[in-house]
Amino acid sequence: MKVAERFDVTKIRQDFPILNRKVNGKPLVYFDNAATSQTPQQVIDCIVDYYQNYNANIHRGVHALSQEATDAYEKARQIIQQHFNAKESKEIILTAGTTHSINLVANGFEKFLQKGDEILVSGLEHHSNIVPWQMLCEKTGALLKVLPMSETGTLNMSQFEVMLNPNTKLVMVNHVSNALGTINPIQEIIKKAHDFGAKVLVDGAQSAPHLKADVQALDVDFYTCSAHKICGPTGIGMLYGKRELLEALPPYQGGGEMIDQVSFEKTTYAGLPNKFEAGTPNICGGIAFGRAINYMNEIGFENIQAYEHELLLYATKRLEEFDNIIIYGTSPEQKTAVISFNFEGLHPYDVGTLVDKMGIAVRTGHHCAQPIMEFFKIPGTIRASFSFYNTKEEIDLMIDALKKANSMLL
Amino acid sequence: MSNIQQIQEDIVDEFALFDDWMQRYEYMIELGKSLPLIDDKYKTDDYIIKGCQSKVWVHADMKEDKVVFTADSDAIITKGIIAILIRVFSNQRPKDIIEANTDFIDEIGLKEHLSPTRANGLVSMIKQLKMYALGYENKQPQN
Repeated sequence: MKVAERFDVTKIRQDFPILNRKVNGKPLVYFDNAATSQTPQQVIDCIVDYYQNYNANIHRGVHALSQEATDAYEKARQIIQQHFNAKESKEIILTAGTTHSINLVANGFEKFLQKGDEILVSGLEHHSNIVPWQMLCEKTGALLKVLPMSETGTLNMSQFEVMLNPNTKLVMVNHVSNALGTINPIQEIIKKAHDFGAKVLVDGAQSAPHLKADVQALDVDFYTCSAHKICGPTGIGMLYGKRELLEALPPYQGGGEMIDQVSFEKTTYAGLPNKFEAGTPNICGGIAFGRAINYMNEIGFENIQAYEHELLLYATKRLEEFDNIIIYGTSPEQKTAVISFNFEGLHPYDVGTLVDKMGIAVRTGHHCAQPIMEFFKIPGTIRASFSFYNTKEEIDLMIDALKKANSMLL
Repeated sequence: MSNIQQIQEDIVDEFALFDDWMQRYEYMIELGKSLPLIDDKYKTDDYIIKGCQSKVWVHADMKEDKVVFTADSDAIITKGIIAILIRVFSNQRPKDIIEANTDFIDEIGLKEHLSPTRANGLVSMIKQLKMYALGYENKQPQN
């Protein structure tokens, strides 16, 4: 894949005011994009515009502001629907983010599970796609089974086939691993799980910034992501669910917006998507989420993928200059622009602390994926995660900082 | 002036000799490398203070009327900071430990290590040192 000629990173960087700031007197090099992405001026303007011009509660007021806000919020839902190619906009539930989405589904499945049922989670999951299912198992007596990963940070697919059985009711996997960047074979996982009648939830938090997922082509049952990882604000995300599944799930929270009729004897619930959106939602966040998706599409996901892949190859090559480097996970061909690494004999916390002093923002620690760290028998890793607004020059600055950190610590 | 305060002032004076952050950190790394801080038998979960990223182990003993601390960490910078804290708080009377403030950490340019986001167990460590001191103070016969 080639980066289109019209992809101009210098111009793109001008969209991100935060990239001009300094940290500890040095220009900021932001390589913690897998934790949260930066926000372009276009999205910031959208947020300001909402509060300056049409801030109002939605879905109930008859006044002009409320109508405008409702239209913008529902328009955002359509943008999200089209982006992920859902059949209907009512299949898109606006949530507080991926964690909220997963908890919503886990809560709803309590009704359908019984003792002896099995829930399968991949060994590459973030804590947010492990803990809600453990809680569900405690409540229902279902069994949590873990699909193992290999030394290369990929899932053991032959083991997956062995583990699937008629008791498997749910399969949970991330599209892309947050700790290692591995792109998982979700198409295959979905198909095989469906052969046994199991439903599949895909955590798309780490894939949405890099790849465009088509939920109908994937035939996935649930797909979720967070806006703050794709140039949107925090506190908003989406849950896609097939209509018949969302209709079967009970509501997660009770309150305003999610009802049809309320009396003290009996309340009936609203239809989709309102059934799952109790209370005044994050209106501005939803609208800005839509704007962020448009922004990403204006740049083009093919361009983003091609350019980020170049950054990944370059950074990998430069990191391999260190004799004591250990890179965790798979080859660049099977992952997004994330490198999880350590230096032999050095604690990731020490390295992270020193490079921060030099203006480099990388993540250190277990990345909310302690089972993966346990697998590699390490306290954590240093994770550099790149975005389309990063540059090779910034990678050089990181390498210089890492060299300095090595010489100070060794 | 209490002994603790005097030591803190000495440390602030020492750090004032450094020109920049690199020299400060190099000094801390040296401190971290050079000190065997704790007996291995205390590097167990019973003595651990869990931070998100680096682990800290602390052990306390009462010798005559003073508390003697030993500690360690798996990260070298954290270990360096521990060495500084031990220098301040170890071999002191429980009452002085409880009453001591830790403003000097800010003055020597290591403030960020006390921020909870650092999650390196240091904030909990200071709390733990004071808890030990409080425990010993309460055990002492009242005058």
